[in-house]
Amino acid sequence: MSDAPPSPGHTPFPAAGNISDAEREDLRRHGILLTSLEELYGWGRSNSIWPLQFGLACCAIEMIAAATARFDIARFGAEIFRPSPRQADLMIVSGTVTKKMAPQVVRLWNQMPEPKYCIAMGACAISGGPFKQGYNVLKGIDRFIPVDIYIPGCPPRPEALLHGLTQLQEKIRAERVSGPQAARHLQPDAASEFPVPDYGAHDLQPPSNPTLFKPPVNPRSEGLKD
Amino acid sequence: MTGPASPDPAKPAPSAQPAADGPFPSAIQPFSPSALLPLLLARFPAAKVELVPNPGTAAEHSLLLDAVFAPEIARFLRDDPALRLDYCSNVTGVDWLEKEITDTVKKSVPASAPVAGVADPGPASPRPATMIEEKTKRLQPGYLEAVYHLYSMALKHGPVILRLRTGNRTDQVTLPSLTPVWRSADFQEREIFDLYGIIFSGHPDLRRLLMWDEFKDHPMRKDYVSPDDFEWEPTPHGDVHERAKAHYPAPAPVAGVADPGLPAGPGSPSPATKPPEAKP
Repeated sequence: MSDAPPSPGHTPFPAAGNISDAEREDLRRHGILLTSLEELYGWGRSNSIWPLQFGLACCAIEMIAAATARFDIARFGAEIFRPSPRQADLMIVSGTVTKKMAPQVVRLWNQMPEPKYCIAMGACAISGGPFKQGYNVLKGIDRFIPVDIYIPGCPPRPEALLHGLTQLQEKIRAERVSGPQAARHLQPDAASEFPVPDYGAHDLQPPSNPTLFKPPVNPRSEGLKD
Repeated sequence: MTGPASPDPAKPAPSAQPAADGPFPSAIQPFSPSALLPLLLARFPAAKVELVPNPGTAAEHSLLLDAVFAPEIARFLRDDPALRLDYCSNVTGVDWLEKEITDTVKKSVPASAPVAGVADPGPASPRPATMIEEKTKRLQPGYLEAVYHLYSMALKHGPVILRLRTGNRTDQVTLPSLTPVWRSADFQEREIFDLYGIIFSGHPDLRRLLMWDEFKDHPMRKDYVSPDDFEWEPTPHGDVHERAKAHYPAPAPVAGVADPGLPAGPGSPSPATKPPEAKP
């Protein structure tokens, strides 16, 4: 265990041992590469993300464009879109999630093996977007499954998706393999599957997962409460 | 093609339509509903068919059909060699709520007749004939409506618009399905069943199309209330603002500070304006 506090500016590649980042850079300049198993593990995982081949609306078109030669998501190692949730570790919720579709999306998420990540792509997947006031659109997929990266836009351009992907890669590289800061899939008591909502008479039952989703508070009235 | 439009021998020129003389005959509306109406009335004397005029510039008048005779009339419209309305392009629903209608009837009052309420202009002069308006109010019951847009692919004319109305909006909501006549009405009638709640009898597969089977409401009805899963928005307005008030009620007014009125007003007093002794 390192005695020195981790340098604040360097989260993606935590230094191995008690060598500071500057010393490590110095060694690297002399041809000596120091690393840790944790780093290698995160580096490998972050550069071979297999997304689920799964599109819901117009954001899926941008996702497809990101996979084509012009934008080429393969540069980031995430070009293998798998048609089966059993072989995928990234769910890109690309588009409007209707209430009729939401149970299927949660079911797909439950079928994905850990470690798995979720990107909410576009305004609809984040909050319902332009359909927020409607009766048939889920107001954000984070009501039922945990979301790692939110990509705003309507739809986001492929560059935005690539940026979200690199952000997710940084998040994966920063995950620890042990200790209290360990990644979710390494914590035995962390939830991996989430209850699939039922079709109710007027709405989904329940309309959101209370362990995941808390209704937002009004920040202006918060300060007035005693 | 340079020759004139060859008249189909099986197609008698409808009387209401001037003869087509160019290479592109007036294919838009050879059968206006007003021309179609006597045809249908002659063919189906027992049926009640009305003309529903459209006063707008589009002038898309339509025919209100007797629901009992609708499949028979539809079959006639499809199979008649002069009509051949073989393509049902669109079926849609309308929800008409109950509304009060004021009928104004103009009546002429003969000269010098004593009319209550009209002041006599003079004792000697005979009062001239006047027009008075009588207003009567009546309550038009609500109903649901299915509207069909028909075209003829064979004869290149259309649209002919049909309307079917239910008895009311609650328990008499059954209409005959026209899917056996036009297959293209299948999904659209299912959609109307789903969103408006019109039951199409004789439909081969009447299930909800968009909402799930367990769903009980009909969301396109005007009195539909959507589930209230409101969440805070930074700038609510309109109906959303009203719901914001219900979900985030105005905080209790702090002593010494004027009530801001709205819960989420940008001018709400910040915590700094609170008296410090109010904090526990």
